[in-house]
Amino acid sequence: MELYQYTARQLQQCLSDNEVTSEMIVNSFLAQIERVEQEIGAFITVTADQALEAAKESDIRRRRNELVSPWDGIPIAVKDNMSTKGIKTTCGSKILANYVPPYDGTVIRKLKAAGLPLLGKTNLDEFAMGSSTENSAFAKTCNPVNWAKVPGGSSGGSAAAVAGYEAPWSLGSDTGGSIRQPASFCGLIGLKPTYGLVSRYGLVAYASSFDQIGPLGRSVEDVADLMNIISGYDQLDSTSVNRDCPNYAAALTGDIKGLRIGLPKEYFAQGLNDAVKAAIMAAVDKLVAAGAVVEEVSLPMTEYAIETYYLITSAEASSNLARYDGVRYGLRVADEDSITMFKSTRSAGFGPEVKRRIMLGTYALSTGYYDAYYKKAQQVRTLMRREFAEAFAKVDILITPTTPTTAFGFGEKKNSLEMYLSDIYTVTVNLAGVPALSMPVGKDQEHLPIGMQLIGQHFAEEALLNTAYTLEQVKLKEGCVHE
Amino acid sequence: MSKYETVIGLEIHTELLTKSKIFCGCTTEFGGDPNSHCCPVCLGLPGALPVMNQQAIEYAVSAGLALNCRIPRYNKFDRKNYFYPDLPKAYQISQFDLPICVDGFVEYELEGERLRAGITRAHLEEEAGKSVHSGNSILGSDFSLMDYNRSGIPLIEIVTEPDLRSPAQARSFLEQLKSILEYTKVSDCKMQEGSLRCDANVSLRPVGSLELGTKVEIKNLNSFKAIERALEYEVHRQAQVYDQGGRIVQETRAWDDVAGITVTMRSKEESHDYRYFPDPDLVPIEIDAHWVERLTDALPELPLAKKQRFIESYGLSDYEAGVLTASQDFALFFEQTVAEYQNGKDVANWLMGEFSKLLNNARITITDTQVTPRQLAELLMTIDKGLISGTQGKEVLSAMFTSGLNPSVIIKDKGMQQISDSQALAGVVDQILADNPKEFERLQQGNEKLLGFFVGQVMKETKGKANPQVVNQIISERLRELS
Amino acid sequence: MISKEQVKRVADLARLVLTESEMLQQQQDLNQILDAADRLKSVNTTDIEPTAHAIPLTNVTRDDLVVEGLSKNDAVKNGPEVTKGYFKVPQIME
Repeated sequence: MELYQYTARQLQQCLSDNEVTSEMIVNSFLAQIERVEQEIGAFITVTADQALEAAKESDIRRRRNELVSPWDGIPIAVKDNMSTKGIKTTCGSKILANYVPPYDGTVIRKLKAAGLPLLGKTNLDEFAMGSSTENSAFAKTCNPVNWAKVPGGSSGGSAAAVAGYEAPWSLGSDTGGSIRQPASFCGLIGLKPTYGLVSRYGLVAYASSFDQIGPLGRSVEDVADLMNIISGYDQLDSTSVNRDCPNYAAALTGDIKGLRIGLPKEYFAQGLNDAVKAAIMAAVDKLVAAGAVVEEVSLPMTEYAIETYYLITSAEASSNLARYDGVRYGLRVADEDSITMFKSTRSAGFGPEVKRRIMLGTYALSTGYYDAYYKKAQQVRTLMRREFAEAFAKVDILITPTTPTTAFGFGEKKNSLEMYLSDIYTVTVNLAGVPALSMPVGKDQEHLPIGMQLIGQHFAEEALLNTAYTLEQVKLKEGCVHE
Repeated sequence: MSKYETVIGLEIHTELLTKSKIFCGCTTEFGGDPNSHCCPVCLGLPGALPVMNQQAIEYAVSAGLALNCRIPRYNKFDRKNYFYPDLPKAYQISQFDLPICVDGFVEYELEGERLRAGITRAHLEEEAGKSVHSGNSILGSDFSLMDYNRSGIPLIEIVTEPDLRSPAQARSFLEQLKSILEYTKVSDCKMQEGSLRCDANVSLRPVGSLELGTKVEIKNLNSFKAIERALEYEVHRQAQVYDQGGRIVQETRAWDDVAGITVTMRSKEESHDYRYFPDPDLVPIEIDAHWVERLTDALPELPLAKKQRFIESYGLSDYEAGVLTASQDFALFFEQTVAEYQNGKDVANWLMGEFSKLLNNARITITDTQVTPRQLAELLMTIDKGLISGTQGKEVLSAMFTSGLNPSVIIKDKGMQQISDSQALAGVVDQILADNPKEFERLQQGNEKLLGFFVGQVMKETKGKANPQVVNQIISERLRELS
Repeated sequence: MISKEQVKRVADLARLVLTESEMLQQQQDLNQILDAADRLKSVNTTDIEPTAHAIPLTNVTRDDLVVEGLSKNDAVKNGPEVTKGYFKVPQIME
């Protein structure tokens, strides 16, 4: 086995046994990137020089016994919507094609503080708006499992990088499923943390009351470790929650006896692919065998989730993306006066999906429509939060499919609404602000990974991770390798 | 008597005196190189997030309490969306439906009459950047230069009820408001630096009518004088339009201080659709009764109350008390002086006369002077004791002003100690009478003017140290002896 | 149904210029999603507080302390057009 095929935990072991150096690890990943990147297209920017330099510094620290964290020297890839000082941060948009931030976001600072070399910035749907990474202004990203399929989105690059062994783990961001859906499509574990658990400072905003940064990895342990690195209160983010973070890795006991699992019936209704349903039910059976109990629950507001989600996120996006006006950074298309310059710049800089959401959001907030659309959606959001709270009074976690289907082909979703509907199982989680994890539970006829979603109540990451870990261990005992 | 009643309401923006900006740690210091007081937050860089300055909340509440406002339990922040080059995020963080202060009033005086104007609300918001235009005005410029040092300085916007009935009332109200804000130490209210700005809404209605006429908003009012002049012009203009059978269009007009007229800026049809919505990046503020009580207790004595007390305690006239309490520092200096030298009327005369003249000539305020209240009191006591004359006192004060030395030191230095001893002076007087027999003869014949001549000669001989009253007495005695 | 004029007005508010074909596409897309959104009308939301934040927090503030910001070079480094430390913009119309 080559170093690039190791999980982060395995790399950590090799490093602590002094079998390898961080430099060797980083070189192994850079060589793999060299080999497959042409086909996969996971990265917008590869930061080879910086990664090697950081690896060498880590090796020096290791020799001096001055390690800054247990993960010192293990490299990572990061979605290109997180502000990195001195490294281009494009958000997959022409409007930020040449933007080089003068500051690091909080999560990037945490990665640096933990000694993780940055391999590069990964591709995404423009401003994280999309479910296939096809909306990137720069490149096409293929699903490493099957190059004819999309990797999912919007964190398609972050998922493809890990699934393609170009990075051991990565960070994505999730506004309506953007970590979980690509994790599902690429056969990875992806966690959308509770809103407020990971700082948003430096995450370029799409929809501020939904966005969360989270980890993607090939093992539950890796995802738990990465949570330990990135989570925690941040004074620079007013919506960051000030509470002690547990040790997520310590929560992986493999014991789920008495765990109450709820299956929301609305998530197993029409439109769900049979193979997906069968794989989920088989996984649930394994959890029951491990000691969990299952009951059916109902979340009737799910019916309104897509509309509610798109109205609110588009409204927030229309305001968040107003700052791209060609004055202080990013693209400028010169014109005779400021207003026409704004218009020319924005019209040339944004792609069709971004414009569509800016239009919808602007409309939903404008005089005469605010109450009917924006406020109404916010009220429905309240009802959804309550519905989740009621469900979690009865059960510990909810299990659903992550997506109605496995990875689809390029250009397959013909119009925007069809694309939006593929997010049906993931958006409710962001509306309620609760955490959710996607993990692989099998493959369909085309050998495409099937993802199962575990949803917990606020700050129930430990339960989600431990349940996923338990299932992972059962599967390992059955002889399956990491998928 | 006009057949129209004038109705005026004001919107006042005032910068708060916090050390750092409202949502970031950048300094609020005035001036500096362009864009040298900036960070990712106040430049609106992608990914940056606002965090509320605690002191800005406290200043806003204190201002509200000084304006007799009610402080609602909850207030929240909203985004006001509009594009303008000086607005980095293309939205201003402000307060829409739940402002921090509501329902207050201000009492003010005009021509001896005490009046009251209602305060509808006061809310917190952030300042925009500053534009430097290539030409004389915005419209006459080919391009503008943006400096964001000011961007993010905390502001309160105070909105009055349409309670003002004349331009003079508007001016007096505003002067009182400025004084209150200065007393409360929430703002330095420097109109020339733009830290206090005012827009006015003006309409006319037939006397006796209760319905409000069509209002016109006037902007660009940069001084008290400009406000009064602009309002007078606008009242006159509207009356003329009505007299000629015309109608007033609802619009925004700008005051042109050089031409002395208001000109159309934009009509109502062109008015903005700000698409206010709650800012997802900031959380609501809850202000409980305890917090309000603490800030209420910390409020200083306000200008009108202080004025009343000065009249009653020190026997000052309405005018004197008004001048002395216009500035809190001036009033404090007065009271500290009176604590050492009990004659308030005398202190008032000196402060409003000679002292103010010196301040004006030096272009400084009372806080910048080297003279202490104790020194002024000492000077007044020295004059009272007849050790120096009042005229000499002015000279001594001037020297104190430049040197900061005690009056006794200056008097000694200048050899000014007045000679009041009649025995010592009698010799000098007799010598001079003997030296000028012709003049003495004419004095005896009743030419009173020559009295001045002899006093002058004595003063010359004694280098100004003779107490003129004593000299007068001696000469009178000599005349009596001869008659 | 949202009209072409409304689409144009919204584009204007958002400082976007749409070509004729973009305009038609946007009109179609907006109508599709707004039709779907109209289903929300059937949800009874009387006396339901709107949710603006996924996690309810209050009184998150910072102390009034001055913190070093960006150097003036870093502040304008990404500016498309910078003159003497200022960001330059073409004529501003009111």
